[in-house]
Amino acid sequence: MSATTAEVREEHLSSEEIAKLAHPQRPLRQRIGVVLSYVGMGLIVVYCILPFYWMVVSSLRLPTEGQSTEFIPSPASIDNYKGVFSAQNNFGRSLINSVIVAGTTTILVLLFGIIGAYALARLRFRGKVLVLWLIMACSMFPLVVLLPPLLKMFSSTSPFTWFPYWINTYQSVILPGLSFGLPLAVWTLTAFFKQLPVELEQAAMVDGCTPGVAFRKVILPLAAPGVLTTAIIVFIGSWNEFLLALTFLQDKDKQTATVAISKFTGTTGFDTPYGTIMAAGVVVTVPLLIAVLVFQRRIVAGLTAGGVK
Amino acid sequence: MVTATAEPRSLPAAEGDGHKHKKNALSDGQGRLAWILLAPTLIIIAVVAGIPVILSFWQSLHQTNAGVDPTTGLVAGGDKFVGLQNFTAIFTGANPVTGSFGTMDRFWNAFLNTTFITIVCVILETVIGVAMALIMAKAFRGRGIVRAGILVPWAIPTIVSALMWKLIFDSSGVMNKIIGKEILWLADSGASFWAIVIADTWKTAPFIGLLTLAGLQTIPAEVYEAAKVDGATTWQQFVRITLPMVKPALVVAVLFRTLDTLRMFDLPYGMIGPGKYRVETMSVFAYQEAAQTRYGPAAAYAIILFIYVLLVAFLFVRILGAEVIGDADAPKKKKKKGDEEPAGPPATALEMAGGAH
Repeated sequence: MSATTAEVREEHLSSEEIAKLAHPQRPLRQRIGVVLSYVGMGLIVVYCILPFYWMVVSSLRLPTEGQSTEFIPSPASIDNYKGVFSAQNNFGRSLINSVIVAGTTTILVLLFGIIGAYALARLRFRGKVLVLWLIMACSMFPLVVLLPPLLKMFSSTSPFTWFPYWINTYQSVILPGLSFGLPLAVWTLTAFFKQLPVELEQAAMVDGCTPGVAFRKVILPLAAPGVLTTAIIVFIGSWNEFLLALTFLQDKDKQTATVAISKFTGTTGFDTPYGTIMAAGVVVTVPLLIAVLVFQRRIVAGLTAGGVK
Repeated sequence: MVTATAEPRSLPAAEGDGHKHKKNALSDGQGRLAWILLAPTLIIIAVVAGIPVILSFWQSLHQTNAGVDPTTGLVAGGDKFVGLQNFTAIFTGANPVTGSFGTMDRFWNAFLNTTFITIVCVILETVIGVAMALIMAKAFRGRGIVRAGILVPWAIPTIVSALMWKLIFDSSGVMNKIIGKEILWLADSGASFWAIVIADTWKTAPFIGLLTLAGLQTIPAEVYEAAKVDGATTWQQFVRITLPMVKPALVVAVLFRTLDTLRMFDLPYGMIGPGKYRVETMSVFAYQEAAQTRYGPAAAYAIILFIYVLLVAFLFVRILGAEVIGDADAPKKKKKKGDEEPAGPPATALEMAGGAH
């Protein structure tokens, strides 16, 4: 561009012509392409948002109009949200349970995942490919495989009568939950650690750090964004977990939010209380959406780096 | 591209046998450290996944004693060893149900449901996802908004999205209002299958789009310029350049989606409900059996599903060459030459065009 402009100046063109040349009109095809790409982007956003919009709208109706098909609630009401947190549904407790389960899972997974991923990203040792395959296989297996033996074990039925009764305990969901959280974390973190140049640690060690100190003082602070991303991805995965919680948490006081929503019943017991369910769905989703919107760049980087789930 | 691959590794060639420990104190001769660091992860995986899978296999060879013990008069408890009976039972057709594929054993019904839902969903998701990625790659402005929007379906818990679609697909719901028909989507009919497909595609096509977009962004613009110089049409560019170059990213995304869809549980369970044979997946079936304390058959079905998933993953890696593990040890190519040298675009395009012939 600059070269062309310079040549143009030499030929003493009028300033109007220079201005015109500096902002060349795009050919028609290209302009159509631009318009089409905007239309396409609009379609994508509508595709992604519209069902969610329907959930929000349905949650803002009067509880009696749960199945209304009006596109704007009239009259708008937050009664459904009051209903969600009514004593009958005990939803506040479920949210706390979800925070406890997802939070503990995330912390444990990071604690072990960080050091494991560091070893996989940096150290060379025999059997690494085997370990990678093992972790990969672990993220592949269906959770339902765990259910038959764990149900027996946690309810201390024979032959597991020696095992403590774990139904309706947090650990009954947290521990099996590690089996999908840990591979996810190790995978994503390994990708992040690999992006950091190895010269960083080498420089630190030249300066007299041990590998451990180099890791703690140099690598970990630099990898903090990656760790945060991994934490969010694992937390969301664990927050959304349903099968384990449905199986092992039957007590209303121990249910996680996802299970509680699936078990909402109407006041009469026969109709599905769609309004309340949608309101609860919004309550469960909104914290995740805020996190996703704030950290969207990082999350996309994490998802593409790990390429998992 | 050629220059990038031809670039020598950043490791000095002298780093050969015997002198490793002198060259790189961090990463050589530290196998023991690696295993120490990996030990917690491996132990946890062994405890929370390995042992239960073995126990599940053991369980699949047993059945719960039913009926009354004749000697004591008490309800018999415990397990009895039945060998492969739980596995062979799927061939006897002892539990026939009527689903989308006619009347057959409940296991095979669930197997076919799982397979067909997976095939249809993954094809739709891939097509829509790639289309989304192509649109996003073309975008000049507003990519942030689209990316935020695209993460919405991903972030919504599956069970919440299942209930959301349940409301949309209600017989007097908004879907029927829009298409102006009275379809009983949720009534365990043929339409239920499509309700599941639509809901799953909505949630996960954007995910494929994201991963594909990441792949698209690694394709240098010069390649397209060169193709244009050679007179390639848009379609030829897509088939000859875009698809082959996003293939690694796309295949991995499709593999993970396939494995996930094969294990589908939340969506049919939350949306249509358990025990609906038109959409009962293997996970739902196994869960139902376990919930009704038929642990032996439940474990057998779960194990079969596990083997099925492994088989599909294996085929993906073998046939489509999915690079799941990646290059485990070789350091990533550090930089592309083009990033550093202010090479004139015309020259590069010519080079590329020349190289393409």
